Parts: sequence; structure tokens; C-alpha cells
Amino acid sequence: MPRLRALHGLLLLLFLLVMIDVAMAQPFGITRGASPSEVGGVTGWILAKQAEFYRMLSGLIRAAKADGSAAYTLLGVSFLYGVFHAAGPGHGKAVISSYLVANNETWRRGIVLSFASAVLQAVTAIIIVGVAAALLGATAKAMGDTVRVIEIASYSLILLIGLRLLWVKGWALLRAMGFKDRKHAHDLAHGHGHDHHHHHHQHDHKHDHDHDASAWSHGHAPEPSELAGRHWLKRGLTAIIAVGLRPCSGAIIVLVFALAQGLFWIGVASTFVMGLGTAITVAAIATLAVGARGLAGKLAKAKPGAGVIILRGLETAAALVIVLFGAALLTGYLASERLMGV
Amino acid sequence: MNALLRILSVSLLFLAAGSLAQAHPHVWVTMQTELVYAPDGSITGIRHAWSFDDMFSTFATQGLESKEKGKFTREELEPLAKVNVESLKEFGYFTFATADGKKAELTDPAPGYWLDYNDQVLTLNFLLPFKTPLKAKELKVEIYDPSIFVDFAFAKDKPVQLAGAPKCKFDVVLPREMTFAEGKALSQIPAEEKNTTMAWGAQFASKILVHCP
Repeated sequence: MPRLRALHGLLLLLFLLVMIDVAMAQPFGITRGASPSEVGGVTGWILAKQAEFYRMLSGLIRAAKADGSAAYTLLGVSFLYGVFHAAGPGHGKAVISSYLVANNETWRRGIVLSFASAVLQAVTAIIIVGVAAALLGATAKAMGDTVRVIEIASYSLILLIGLRLLWVKGWALLRAMGFKDRKHAHDLAHGHGHDHHHHHHQHDHKHDHDHDASAWSHGHAPEPSELAGRHWLKRGLTAIIAVGLRPCSGAIIVLVFALAQGLFWIGVASTFVMGLGTAITVAAIATLAVGARGLAGKLAKAKPGAGVIILRGLETAAALVIVLFGAALLTGYLASERLMGV
Repeated sequence: MNALLRILSVSLLFLAAGSLAQAHPHVWVTMQTELVYAPDGSITGIRHAWSFDDMFSTFATQGLESKEKGKFTREELEPLAKVNVESLKEFGYFTFATADGKKAELTDPAPGYWLDYNDQVLTLNFLLPFKTPLKAKELKVEIYDPSIFVDFAFAKDKPVQLAGAPKCKFDVVLPREMTFAEGKALSQIPAEEKNTTMAWGAQFASKILVHCP
């Protein structure tokens, strides 16, 4: 089964990526004085590249002032910065990946979510700098305060999405483990095939999807409209906003710098290209997560009983990850980025 | 069973991923540091002059009022200096000192800190006094951000000076360049230093080692 083997490979890759993330983990703010985590070589390399590209930006923006063709180089570097930036540790891709796993979404939807949240992220940065700095002449501190308010909204949304998923998936797990709930008992026993919208290669988890759709309808039987798949984007919109609302500090700094050089539009272009780079990386990681989830579904099918429990367990764990991220970000245990000293 | 284990390991990894944080430099600081000694030979404080990179300098001064466009006086930058210094408190001023292997406490900056702005570069000048002046044979001062949001590097010109400690000598240890190969090599650091913590930020620490008789 070469296809299954390919999926194993994907799973291994996902494993490695997460290992990189773990290596990069730095719960700052609380470990000061204690010994921080270990360093991975790949991590150092990603960070070094990212820093290198970021530092090139200021020089290129200056150069673009004198020579328009430097703008193209600037866009190229912005793109690379975006790619590497997202490859580093960040809550965005983790939340999106977990969301996709918990909801059993397809890879296409994963890509749409990744791009939509990256575009939103670029747009918020541009609006903040465009309105606050360019029009109102606000200070860096005022912008920092604005970002903090947005941050709280964004992190609260992540927490809410996580809690909701955890509630639904947790119940599904309990039911799979034999916890009786009359309403759903027959679903588990037989499954039913209302989900024709689902992609063919994933027909093996039709049965799961009944509950996934119900994640957004109070854990009861899914509404027919939800099963028709029209609402997945609406459902995903919350996730897009939760992840994309908070602008990247780097983008804000670049935009302000470009504004000061009288090249705001070049900064805007650079921000969008950065977002494009970020989206590509996040989409790639999200696709891996979906692939791993697909493999889990295949394996679960081969093991009736235990397989379903593991699948539900996986979804519950993914929902829990979102809750943990939301809570950690909201309480400041985990700082995603900060605008220091302004 | 192998497959089941794999699925479980993935779920666990998703959980482990919960400890992530985002970190990479957005601020670059070029520093000049002066160690200040009392006439009796005890060290009383650490005086920093931190110059920020041009992008951050521009960002930090955005929207600040000034009489002359593109120039800021010390007075005009006073409110920003206050915010800078106050927000640095939370991070221990990124300055960590040990005297003969023991942690040496630093207090909040002495009044009279200031920012200046030259050639579009913002420089923060401040003095961190030791809680109690101390004498040490081996003094180590490390400057780093554990979360590496801020990257610190010594200036090429006069990175470190000892003020009033003629008998002491010092070494400046530059932060390591992180490369792919070095990432591995780092895990096998020779035990020259005793408490080698493979700290992320400490990796990038700029160190001053002062040896006194």
C-alpha cells in the first residue's frame, strides 16, 4: 500500500515539525532565571535566516527610495521572511492545524483557512498603521495598546473555539467509550451517510463527520444545511478571525518604517507578500496535519471499536490544544510576540 | 499496535506543541557597557548605552512631537525613555550578573536615565546599580533576552569599559552565531564553564568576564 506508506511519511514529517516546535518552545515570562529549553540546530537555522531577511528589509526600503527596482528585491525578501517567519514557532499554525484535526476538515479547507487568516493578518497591520500612524499620527505606544486590545479579543476567541470543540469532541469521545447517550447511540452503531459533500478520498470517515458537523450545533444532530457543507466557511470564519486578527509585530514595524521613508505603499505591498509567504508555510503544515488525521482515520477503520475511540481521542486532544493555547496566550503565560518598551 | 502507537504519539505531540511560543528578534541592540567601581575597588553598577536598530528606532519615535522634524531632543524623548525603562523592569533589564558564582542582585535604574537620537538611531542610557556594592574575583555579566525578541550585540568600538578598577582585567565573550552545524556542536560544549545551561537566550548572550586580583 504505497499510499498508506506515503501517509506514514507525512506523519513522520509532522512528528519532526512538531519536534522542531517543541525544541523552540520558550514559555517566556515565567522561566526567567530558570534554565530555558534546549536548542535544536534546525531551529537556530530558521531563526538565523528569519533574522537575516528581516534585517535586510530596512536597507531595501531605504534603497527603494532612491531606486525603484530595489522594490522587487524587497518583495522577494519579504516573501522569504514570511515563509521562514511562519516556520518558526507560532500559535497560528498550531491553532489552525489543531482546528482542522478536531473538525476533520479537508486539506483544501485547511489551505483556504491558512490563506484567509494570513490575509486578515496583513490587513489588520495595514489598517492599524494606516489609520493610527499615517492618518492620526499616533505614537508607537498607542499602536502597541491597540494591538494589545486586539490580542485579547483574538486569544479569547481561540479559547472559545477550543472550549466549544472540547465540549463536543469530549462528549463524542465519552460516547465512543461506551458512555450511553440515547440520542447518539445509533449514530455510532451504524453511522449515516448524509455527508455527500465530503471528498471522495475521505469517504472512510463519513461516519465521523456526523459529529464533526455537530460541533457547531450544540452537539446534537447536525442541521441539514451544515451537512450540505455550506457552513464550513462560516464556521471556519471564527477560526480565521481568531488567528488572523492579531497583526504581526514585524509587519507593523516595517510599515511604520516605510511610512517614515515616505514609502507607505511599498510597505503595504511588502506586508501582503509577507502574508503570502506565511500562508504557504501554514498551509503546508496544516496539510500535513490533515494528512496525519486522514491516516488516523484509515487505521481506525481497520480497528473497529478501539479505532473510533482513538479517533475521538485525537480530536479531543486537538480541541484541548486549542484550549491550552487560548488560555496560555490570554493569561500571558505564552507571549506570542510583543512590542517591547513602547 | 504499531499504528495505534503512532496515532497516540501524534496526539501527545499535539499536546506537547502546547508549550510553544513565538520568538525571534524584532529589535536589535548594539551596546556599550561600562562597569562602575567605587574607590575601594567594589563594583557599584553597570552603565548601559543601548542603540536600537533603525527600524525599531523609527517605530519607537513614530508620532512623537518634536520642534524640528526628524530630530528629537533629550527632553522630547523623556516620556519614551520612562516607558522604555519601566517596561524593561519586567525583563530584569536583560542583565544578569554573578559574582564568584553567586547571583548578584541589581536594582532598578538610577534616576537620570535618558534617550538620545542621532542619525535615526535611538540610544538608551541607564545605570543599573548593584543592590549592595560587591567585590568579586570573578564577575560575570550576561546581557540577553531569554525570549530572543531582542538581539544584543556589543559595539565594535569600546564595547566594554571598566571605570575605576585598574587592577582588574576583563574578557568579552561574544554570542555564538547559530548555524545548522553549530546547533549540534553546541550540545557538546566543553565543560569550561560550570553551569552551562543550554539556554536559548543565553546562547545568544553577550558576556563580560571580569577577573580581579
